[in-house]
Amino acid sequence: MTEKYNAKYIAKSSAIASRLLGGEMMIMSAIDSTFFTLNPVATVIWQVADGHTSLSDIVTQHICAEFEVDFETALRDAEHFVEEFSRHGILLVSDEAIRRKPIEDSAVTPTEAA
Amino acid sequence: MNSSYPITVEIGGMPILLHTQDDSFRQMLARRYAGFVNHAAPPRFEFEIELTSPSRKAPDEDVQVKMQDGTWQLRRGDFRAHWNPAAGRGSIRQSANPYSIDSVLRIVHTLILAKEGGFLLHSAGAIRNGRAFLFSGVSGAGKTTISRLAPPDVTLLTDEVSYIRRDDAGYRACGTPFAGELARVGENCSAPIASLFFLKQGPENRIEPIEKSEAIRRLMRNILFFAEDANLVQSVFQSACDFVERVPVQRLTFTPDSRVWKLIR
Repeated sequence: MTEKYNAKYIAKSSAIASRLLGGEMMIMSAIDSTFFTLNPVATVIWQVADGHTSLSDIVTQHICAEFEVDFETALRDAEHFVEEFSRHGILLVSDEAIRRKPIEDSAVTPTEAA
Repeated sequence: MNSSYPITVEIGGMPILLHTQDDSFRQMLARRYAGFVNHAAPPRFEFEIELTSPSRKAPDEDVQVKMQDGTWQLRRGDFRAHWNPAAGRGSIRQSANPYSIDSVLRIVHTLILAKEGGFLLHSAGAIRNGRAFLFSGVSGAGKTTISRLAPPDVTLLTDEVSYIRRDDAGYRACGTPFAGELARVGENCSAPIASLFFLKQGPENRIEPIEKSEAIRRLMRNILFFAEDANLVQSVFQSACDFVERVPVQRLTFTPDSRVWKLIR
């Protein structure tokens, strides 16, 4: 069993903009304007990345519960997603729970941001 | 005391008053922005233009747009500008090069629009039957070609940069004086946007839908935006998403002859 990220906590970076549109989660980095579209599993991980639920708990409670996939496979895929997104600065990864105000999808409206 | 020669340039319903101490420069602006000069409109913002000797630096070097202590700092090889939106005032230091003031105005309008849910889009735009149609794509995709092929009942808003404002009913496209290869200033009018087409030249004329994620990706690629400011980038992204939710975004494949306009009405 892989243990690279399963005991880690993940949270969304504050330097992103995201929007669920037509069933697809779209994310843009406000730092380098990189644009991402997430698949349904990655969308769930993104939505529940609250900084105080471990990745293994996210996989158990949300991925395995909502998709027909075994824990090992789901965790491996989740770790790939977390690794790639943390490399882009989109996700924050920590050994401990990340305590801060949660970032909501579509929370930034044009007038609020400006 | 030096004389000041004012000129108010109103693009997208946003009057900006420019002061220069050089009457020949003001006359050049009046010719360049013909149709967009409106001295009756109370200006939202004012800029003092200080003309300098031509810069040796290349005008095409990367533009820098940063907010510092409430003032936007705009900088490129051929101009320096400061703009305090709260005070409604700014200054521009450049040579008498029309492309420099054109660039400053584009940047200022992108910053204004970002706060209001709109944006400047690298696209041609035209009004037909009271509705606006936008044609976007990379250089060479056909923005100028489709503008040139427009029949007489079409009003050309621009062949290069569309001014998109949000209003209560949705989105409006406004004409701009920002011309591309056609070298023709657009008409100073506006209409609700019926559709945005991403252009592709091909063997036949056809319109196809585009997935929303692909529409946003393409839209973001063609929105003019220069500021190094995370909040404004987030704001523009949300505006692009709002736009795609409200306006049909489609792919228009066309052969370069006037028959393509039979599909656009």
